[in-house]
Amino acid sequence: MTIAIIGAGPAGIEAASVLAKQYQVILFEREERPLCNIRDKAFLFPDFSSADELADKLESKLSHENITLKTATPVVSMQRTGEQWTLTTADGTTATFDAVLLATGYKVFDAHQKEELGYGIYKGVITSLEMEKMIKENNIRNNMNEIPKQIVFLQCVGSRDEKSGNHYCSKVCCVTAVKQAIEIKKQHPETDVYIFYMDLRMWGQGFEEMYREAQEKYGVSFVRGRISEAASTFDNRVQIKAEDTLMGNPMTMNSDLLVLMVGMCASEGTATLSKCAGIDGLYRFAQSLSPHTEDNLTAQPNLFLAGSCKRPMCIEDTIQDARAAALEIM
Amino acid sequence: MEKRFWNEYQKEIADDHFFYERSCIRQTFFPGSEATFLNIMRNDLGKDIYDSSHQHTCTGIGYHSDVVPFETTMTIVARLFSLMTERGYKNYVPSCVTSFGVMTELIEKWKEQPEILEKAREYLYKATGRTFEMPENIVHPSDLIFKFRFELKEKMKYQLINRFTGKPLRGVEHIGCHYAKIFPKHGIGNAEFPYVLAGMIEAWGGEVVDYPERRHCCGFGFRQYLVQENRGYSIANSKKKFESMEPYEPDFIVANCPGCAMFLDKWQYTIAEMEHKTYDKEGYGIPVLTYEELAGLLLGYDPWVMGMQLHQVQCERLLDKIGVAYNPDDKYRGASGKILRAPEKPDVLKV
Repeated sequence: MTIAIIGAGPAGIEAASVLAKQYQVILFEREERPLCNIRDKAFLFPDFSSADELADKLESKLSHENITLKTATPVVSMQRTGEQWTLTTADGTTATFDAVLLATGYKVFDAHQKEELGYGIYKGVITSLEMEKMIKENNIRNNMNEIPKQIVFLQCVGSRDEKSGNHYCSKVCCVTAVKQAIEIKKQHPETDVYIFYMDLRMWGQGFEEMYREAQEKYGVSFVRGRISEAASTFDNRVQIKAEDTLMGNPMTMNSDLLVLMVGMCASEGTATLSKCAGIDGLYRFAQSLSPHTEDNLTAQPNLFLAGSCKRPMCIEDTIQDARAAALEIM
Repeated sequence: MEKRFWNEYQKEIADDHFFYERSCIRQTFFPGSEATFLNIMRNDLGKDIYDSSHQHTCTGIGYHSDVVPFETTMTIVARLFSLMTERGYKNYVPSCVTSFGVMTELIEKWKEQPEILEKAREYLYKATGRTFEMPENIVHPSDLIFKFRFELKEKMKYQLINRFTGKPLRGVEHIGCHYAKIFPKHGIGNAEFPYVLAGMIEAWGGEVVDYPERRHCCGFGFRQYLVQENRGYSIANSKKKFESMEPYEPDFIVANCPGCAMFLDKWQYTIAEMEHKTYDKEGYGIPVLTYEELAGLLLGYDPWVMGMQLHQVQCERLLDKIGVAYNPDDKYRGASGKILRAPEKPDVLKV
């Protein structure tokens, strides 16, 4: 049996490592290097383990004689012929496989769409991905290259948001903001950190403890309310307007940085290929056959799904899901 | 600003042959602005624009304060459109931002619910025997000045450059809520960062002030000022904006809504009387202009013919910075040539 896996993220690599025990697997990756979405992180929740270490560990699984990795090779279309699938890559090459696993993952929400929050307009407004890079480089600075006195996080940017068309919860942003807030306080204890939220969804093991620790040990302030508008101040900081919905008060405050917790959206690969294969689901994610017992199967024969191409998913769930997908294929 | 989002939002603006609808309040607040607009369109740009003597209110203020029912507003707007139709025009230009908002709202409503459009036709016919067509293109006059801003620049005598310092004059722009907040797609640059006035300032040599309360309400919100007891909210909003823009030392404010321009101008006097506070260094206040006045000044129109002496904050210091030629002796000269009585000087705000 010939097997193609599209996407060399945690789902694709984990599934490949399981399948390689019995089959030859070809792994297509659009980027120059696999695991980009992990390598751009500093630490992982809930244990603050190194993202690079996890990426290295996953990447080492690719050193298997039955796995062929093709980087910088985006699959642009796929077509079914009988029970087989023919994939076409960007350079026009085609290849036919007995089974295909879609592990094309997610991309982060484009914060430019929330114009009222000023991303791309004001330098002090950044995304959670950009904050992660600052944390990783131990270089948390405002736009005047100073250590920030205040940092404000805003949850649910492009998630649970009717205006942007994404009604769903991205699942990982709540705990990511808590993780980043703690990292900021570890690097700069004197910086005041505020997190504006709708409600905090601390669903995973250890998440609630992190949330408590952020408040009690690190003094992170949590404010229930949405930020309606961001603007630049005379001294190049960010003025935000919000409503504290617990106190019932509108509020205005200035901050050195406003961090937008951008949600997870279907990647271009996920959206294009799932539509091409006729398995496109809600919000351009891929649609599994059933969320309960057939979550790795699709309505198409020999086309399987793993990871966040289906919906927002954290890394540990993605890895579990990839193993399950590999078992379905076997 | 880092990125120019407005480029991603464009709207169709007709090129010629317009039916103009006047505002019910602008001719009181800024008496020469509408005439200036018509002059610019006809004389400087050579456009055909019709100004009917049979026009009337759009009911906007009454509609938004819930004293005029929807059906009445719809019928009255239908009559305005019938005036356009009978003159053979298809491009409608309402002077007031609220009229623009009311009409875009009705047109959207009629497109979504044709049965309501049929009701409007029926009401109008029963009341007046008239019929109407919906405009093919409806734009605000500020859209037209924006569209032709570079053509106008070619004809301008002056630029927004401080002739004493050689630096661009700093302009605060304020957009009326009903321009793009009801339907962002109908505004140049969308609702958050509209570019319609900023584009004029930049094209004519000035610099746009991006201050924290740029998007805050001017204080003209109908429920803030219609009831006298609520006017504290109105002045509080204006004050918040003035305090926010003050550190940037703006040379002028320009607005495209009758209420914004009026309140941002008049409340400066009130705040000066109440708190002995003005928002420029020398105590004269920040001049507030309509976009027609701004264009007219740069084209060389006489500020007194445009009625700029009726502003609360006087404009001479801005005229001097631009280098506009004007005769101080004509400031209060009437059309007959007779000198009219000058208004009383305020106690605090210098004139």
